[in-house]
Amino acid sequence: MKAKTTPYLLVLPAWIWLAIFFVVPICGMLSVSLMTGNVLDGFTQTFHVANYAEAIDRYWRQILRSLAYGACATALCVAIGYPVAAWIAFRGGRHKTTYLLLLLLPFFVSQVLRTISWRFLLADDGVLLGPLKSIGLLPEDAHVLSTPLAVVTGLAYSHLPFMVLPIYAVLERVDHRVVEAARDLYATRAQAFLRVVLPMSLPGVFAGVLMVFVPTSADYVNASLLGGTGTTMIGNVIQSQYLVNNDYPMAAAITFVLMALLLAGIFGYARALGTERVMEVRA
Amino acid sequence: MTTTRTPAAEARAGDPARRRPRRRIDWGRLFTWAVLAWLFTPVAGMIVFSFNDIAGRQNVTWQGFTLKWYGQAFAYPDLNAALLTTVAVGVLTMLIAGVTGSLLGLALGRHRFHGRGATNLVMFAAICAPEVVLGAALLSLFLTTDVTTGFVTIVIAHVMFTISFVAITVRARVMTLDPRLEEAARDLGAGPWTTFRLVTLPMLFPAVMAGGLLALALSVDDFIITSFVGGETTTFPLWIWGSTRVGIPPQVNVMGTLIFAVGVLLAIVNIVLARRRS
Repeated sequence: MKAKTTPYLLVLPAWIWLAIFFVVPICGMLSVSLMTGNVLDGFTQTFHVANYAEAIDRYWRQILRSLAYGACATALCVAIGYPVAAWIAFRGGRHKTTYLLLLLLPFFVSQVLRTISWRFLLADDGVLLGPLKSIGLLPEDAHVLSTPLAVVTGLAYSHLPFMVLPIYAVLERVDHRVVEAARDLYATRAQAFLRVVLPMSLPGVFAGVLMVFVPTSADYVNASLLGGTGTTMIGNVIQSQYLVNNDYPMAAAITFVLMALLLAGIFGYARALGTERVMEVRA
Repeated sequence: MTTTRTPAAEARAGDPARRRPRRRIDWGRLFTWAVLAWLFTPVAGMIVFSFNDIAGRQNVTWQGFTLKWYGQAFAYPDLNAALLTTVAVGVLTMLIAGVTGSLLGLALGRHRFHGRGATNLVMFAAICAPEVVLGAALLSLFLTTDVTTGFVTIVIAHVMFTISFVAITVRARVMTLDPRLEEAARDLGAGPWTTFRLVTLPMLFPAVMAGGLLALALSVDDFIITSFVGGETTTFPLWIWGSTRVGIPPQVNVMGTLIFAVGVLLAIVNIVLARRRS
């Protein structure tokens, strides 16, 4: 009797917390998204499915843009993060932990503060662009802020560790003897990498892609601080609908569309790979 | 590099045909350092501008070196309050999510029970769901139930999104533990509670600490969820965000620099301890 109730007692607090503050709110949001009304007269449940049609019709550009920015930032993170993870795992020697700590150290500073710092550094006549302009390397009207480039690199900047750490975790476990065996069988360095190391590291890459793509495509901090009117992401729309316009049904509908798109992708992705494995690599 | 050679490096070194000239540029090292430089650039900017001798709040162009902002670090009462709120929320989150998440991780790693699959699914969803969705969903809940948003709702939200991270950290540790140690304790006459207190908990403690610190770090840095459920309560990131339009005073840079210095110290201690152990 005792042994059977123990696990339930252990999970009960977390279950209650996650049920009330995660599962119920998500369902509640579905209900809110079908309401009509306004913030002054109150909202009533009318099962107004047209909210969704309106949300997609009004904001499909921002949705597509967010997915595109997220994909670009994720690709950039793979391109930057993989070589770094591989170098630390294979060549870091006894300094491996030091390099990983150096990689994480900037993240002790609040993300908002670092993004604002980028905004000052990249300002049109700021510390980085100003000197380049005055010596004529850049035209006077060159600017980085308010461009998609600024937003995408900003997104990649703030999510790079989520890519490096899972890739590092799998590369670190790669048995060197397997690579040696490939070399002994006359594989070139490139072949040994492409046909031995890369396939073994793919679970780490998949986990990293998941951990970067989802938060970057739903982010609004970078788009607000580094972007301009032409780089509005779906996160900005949700934020302003909720906190500025107080159009809760419309905001909930957009959020649900975003979540449905991302969760469908995530679960398809996780089903193909296995959630336990993806989560373990993450941890 | 000479003391710990990988087997592969040793094999190559022993084979003269494959030995490479010494002065070859290590592109991997160069690239890694370039990426680290990129990561540290905004931090360096923040630190440099904490010494900027400006008048007022527009800390944009370099005016000269001063230390005066370190003397007046606490000149904005509402900024101090925001920082204090951040610390209080972080510590409460660490404690609540640390305990509930550890219990969940222990159950998931050790026991078979009904709802295990569903629990994994919910945790996975909670970790993967974008912050803006979590924030929006919680705000919807608080709005429909007429709960006033503020300090309590921030803690509720932070515990919700950090529980799963703690649970995964602890679960990973539980799965590496040898269950025979607990059986041995029971064979020697220890009851379930004594076994837990004297055997299981000490072995789990590093993971519980790691999970708790992860929860603290996630809570202190969180902006998006907090901006939804914060109401009138302001945390450090929210205060900075709010003051971008009127100018960010150098005090923010000072506090950021001090927090970063604490981080550097912790990292150094960590490295030294790791060296001593090995």
